[in-house]
Amino acid sequence: MSDILTVADLTLGFRTEAGPARVLDRVRLSVRPGEIVGLVGESGCGKTTLARAILGTLPAEATQVGGGRIELAGSDMLGPGGGRGVRGRAVTFIPQDPFASFNPLFRIGTQIMDLMRWNSPRRDPAVRTGWYSPARRRADRAAAIAMLEAVQLPQPARILRKYPHELSGGQRQRVMIAMALLPEPRLVIADEPTTALDVTVQAQILGLLRRLAVDRGVAVLFTTHDLGAAWEICDRVVVMYAGQTAEIAPREGFFAAPRHPYTHLLLRSLPEEGRDPVGIPGSVPSPLRPPPGCRFHPRCPRASQVCTEQAPPLLGEGHLTACHHPVGGALGDTLDG
Amino acid sequence: MAEPPILELRGLCRHFPVRGLLNRRIGTLRALDGVDLSVAAGEVLGIVGESGCGKSTLGKTIMGIHAPTEGEVHFEGNLVATPGHVRPPAVRARLQYVYQDPGASLDPNWRLRRSLHEPLVIHTNLPRAEREARIREIVAAVGLPDAHLELYPHEISGGQQRRVGLARILALGPKLVILDEPTSGLDVSVQASVLALFRDLRARFGLTYLFVSHDLAVVRAMCDRVAVMYLGRIVEIGPAAEVFAAPRHPYTKALLAAAPRIGGPRVTESFALQGEPPDPAHLPQGCRFRARCPLAAPACAAEPELDMTGAHGAACWRWREGME
Repeated sequence: MSDILTVADLTLGFRTEAGPARVLDRVRLSVRPGEIVGLVGESGCGKTTLARAILGTLPAEATQVGGGRIELAGSDMLGPGGGRGVRGRAVTFIPQDPFASFNPLFRIGTQIMDLMRWNSPRRDPAVRTGWYSPARRRADRAAAIAMLEAVQLPQPARILRKYPHELSGGQRQRVMIAMALLPEPRLVIADEPTTALDVTVQAQILGLLRRLAVDRGVAVLFTTHDLGAAWEICDRVVVMYAGQTAEIAPREGFFAAPRHPYTHLLLRSLPEEGRDPVGIPGSVPSPLRPPPGCRFHPRCPRASQVCTEQAPPLLGEGHLTACHHPVGGALGDTLDG
Repeated sequence: MAEPPILELRGLCRHFPVRGLLNRRIGTLRALDGVDLSVAAGEVLGIVGESGCGKSTLGKTIMGIHAPTEGEVHFEGNLVATPGHVRPPAVRARLQYVYQDPGASLDPNWRLRRSLHEPLVIHTNLPRAEREARIREIVAAVGLPDAHLELYPHEISGGQQRRVGLARILALGPKLVILDEPTSGLDVSVQASVLALFRDLRARFGLTYLFVSHDLAVVRAMCDRVAVMYLGRIVEIGPAAEVFAAPRHPYTKALLAAAPRIGGPRVTESFALQGEPPDPAHLPQGCRFRARCPLAAPACAAEPELDMTGAHGAACWRWREGME
């Protein structure tokens, strides 16, 4: 089957007062139907910018697209009027902080029905008016209640009458997941959906998201900085560093035998029994003045002359790595080669 | 333990009134409800639990930011907090509190030198030259060059601001430092170096840490002992290695089971604990974990006390059955 989402060599930046910020540099990414892809990287690596670029919600006046394309469900998201009719229907979004995404003045039910008025799968896309037939409203309401049940919220009819502040963090995130799935999308972009939650609630939410996505055949692009969460939910992992794709690998291969030195160091930074976490010296470069060549070379123990001159291409079959000196063996392999 | 504990809590409670219409008191939020704890000098005690379990309130009550509703806090053998007690100012220098981002407490209009001098000006009578020597030593200890003293907070990176914030706390030579979620919001690559810095400073200055965190992996890596809190009470306490290897309380078990383990099976497929902690303003009768507990039995209608065997204890009626 063809990919639901293809991002090919996307280069994108913002105009700032201090000059152009090159936030994304030839990013490659693909998501197949029904697949859960984890987009992993630390703060400032461009994962949220990429997610927003895919959704087409970046501020148009400040954004400069340097090249590449984003194709989502067959439509070009960077073209004129890009994403209209796709955004909110074929692709939906789960935000990091569900509280900030609800209007505190309206009941949950009002906000869900507002979404359904425009983005319900039962709406005829040819009709441009906001006419909401009572029959469709009834069907949509039943679908909303069924969906709230599917996300394991007790007494969904009562939830619809509540205000956002009356729900706990976990419940709000469940409602957000329900709202993301109600338009019956083909791809859901979840931007750090469990960062604000406690570990026991995170386990529940991740399990729920994975189950629902698998049952309904919905693809998920899951951005996170938490490698543990990526391990839990993903089929495939994409690692970004400073706006470049560093590594793309299936979950098992990624965690057992990472090839990019950055991925290696990232995994070794996790606190674990029996050894001290090492960390990565230095800090993420500013997108205003990214280092030439491979953007990781100033912090990389394996860097050589070629790394400062040429950005490495993303190579490999299945397990792709953008590195001139990839790590060969298992995690124990020394990095000082 | 031959040496007396550096910090001892006896039946510490902190209740917050819940107010309704016309500021009428309509309930009580029991953020801390009878916490007994003693911390030995030089150890790192981790306090873990989910949001709302009272772990931050515990740190703040020890610190004196909140006055206790009941119970006593003893620090270095002296009573420092009990209802109606005024804390001697000398205690403030020896007991320090590190917020999530210590760098955020720097005054943006002050050069770092002035920010670093400030605690010494308030708490000591040292002449300027001695203060300067002291802060230079501490700035070097947190790994910053002297030249940074001339800069303003916005001229250095967030990580460096954090180091300056720590230097400021250490300038007074505290004995006990309460670290409140010191690694949340940090990337793992940065977190590792922050943890290394904490370890290094502890060894150098002979500090005792109370390490409040919700991140179990970090607590496991940092702490000698762990106390697990649930709704204002300690439900399990013991040496970190023992608690993580053989947890006794069903809540601790659930907490450990929920943390993703890279390389292990997906916990999301087997995770059993349902629901979220109840509202601390409406606590269930008896064992607080009863409503979510897979082992709940009629006996759990009475509140369990910490049942210690050696250094390891759990507040559960049923954990011994599970061991057999």
